[in-house]
Amino acid sequence: MFDDTRPIFLQLAERIADDILRGVYVEGEQVPSTNELAAYLRINPATAGKALNLLVDREILVKRRGIGMFVTDGAKGLIAAERQQGFVQSFIRPLLAEATALGIDRAELIRLVSTEVTGTEVTSAEIAPAETPRAPAPEPEAGTP
Amino acid sequence: MTIAIETRGLTRVHREVRALDDVTVQIRENTITGLLGRNGAGKTTFMSLATAQDRPTSGSVSVLGESPFENARILEQLCFIRDNQRYPDDYKLRHALRAAAIFYPNWSPELAGELVELFRIPQKTIVKKFSRGQLSALGIVLGLASRAPVTFFDEPYLGLDATARTYFYDVLLRDYQAHPRTILLSTHLIDEMDRLLERVVILDRGRVVQDAEVDELRGMAHQVSGRAAAVDAYLAERRALSRHRVGGLATAVVDGPMPQGGRDAGGELEFSSVSLQELVAAYGFDGADSLGSTSDAAQASQIDRQGARS
Repeated sequence: MFDDTRPIFLQLAERIADDILRGVYVEGEQVPSTNELAAYLRINPATAGKALNLLVDREILVKRRGIGMFVTDGAKGLIAAERQQGFVQSFIRPLLAEATALGIDRAELIRLVSTEVTGTEVTSAEIAPAETPRAPAPEPEAGTP
Repeated sequence: MTIAIETRGLTRVHREVRALDDVTVQIRENTITGLLGRNGAGKTTFMSLATAQDRPTSGSVSVLGESPFENARILEQLCFIRDNQRYPDDYKLRHALRAAAIFYPNWSPELAGELVELFRIPQKTIVKKFSRGQLSALGIVLGLASRAPVTFFDEPYLGLDATARTYFYDVLLRDYQAHPRTILLSTHLIDEMDRLLERVVILDRGRVVQDAEVDELRGMAHQVSGRAAAVDAYLAERRALSRHRVGGLATAVVDGPMPQGGRDAGGELEFSSVSLQELVAAYGFDGADSLGSTSDAAQASQIDRQGARS
């Protein structure tokens, strides 16, 4: 549930943001309280409180005095914008590095991605016209996990 | 931030052993703080001194702003559950609960009743004949139901099964939230309990080696492993908390955050994160800076330290 690499309050804040992004909590909806999170996850209430306050600082949650914490309007957009910046680094580069290690060439990689996107087998002939020769795949960085 | 327990240069010497050696700490009010370290590190001595069940050789301790020694007003606000808590010979469960109800002003019979059920503590057996786990369970009942403003648990989980420990953690968190109080607990089950804690004080050989928020400690050390020569080179400019070497391979727990990426530039070393339990184990490791694997080095360093003291 939590790992040892980073503080738990950061991991918890990320999880709640994740839940908002995936629609578990919608904008305007109340999220669990410090006490509920602490009891449910068996963590110190101060840790749970820190996670919620971090999300308040980032304007993803808003505190309504005496009632609780609510997802702000626009929270989902905020989180998505933050995550998009990390998308190339966290997903595309490791994908390219693994493809290179496995000997999957660019055309084959694009064919595999297209197949996943459409849900049906895509042949290399079908995607050939879409390929743009002037945008070569970036060299995967050595050491990228 | 109000301080519940404050010590200054607190020292307790038993003959030639410094059970507690110049300990200066502040335990914040209404936090759950873990007291961690190896056996003999001074955890129980610290609790005994803070509850005035023992007197310091030098230094001072104040609890809720006053010295606890022969101070009834303070003492009735403290509850100390020892790992080997003794009870009068003929005591059964109900006697222990009745005594606690008289002794602790905030005693909750409802909470005590709930916990007795959860832990399935026998009513008819005399306490002296309790199993290790039943004795621990009774200690937890007294410690939690006392709702004492400052509660000390010394290894409260000994002999408890996994279900009972989970009940303990759940009720501890629930009741702590409903009735905030200062809880100091010592534990070796760090992987299991670290999330319950807000702060930790780590002791080794009677001294404080770390006093911090639990979350601050996450990522404050890392582990490195690889060929011994490469590990040695990596450690040249860093502080190793513990080292382990088998043949040509070595592993070390190193002070400081992990280098970016999880691998070094040459790809020879591998890095991984260190849990709080591994960190505490590393602090307790003898001969941290001797790669000669072993007990000889550990003993030598122990003799060194003892020699330096006497």
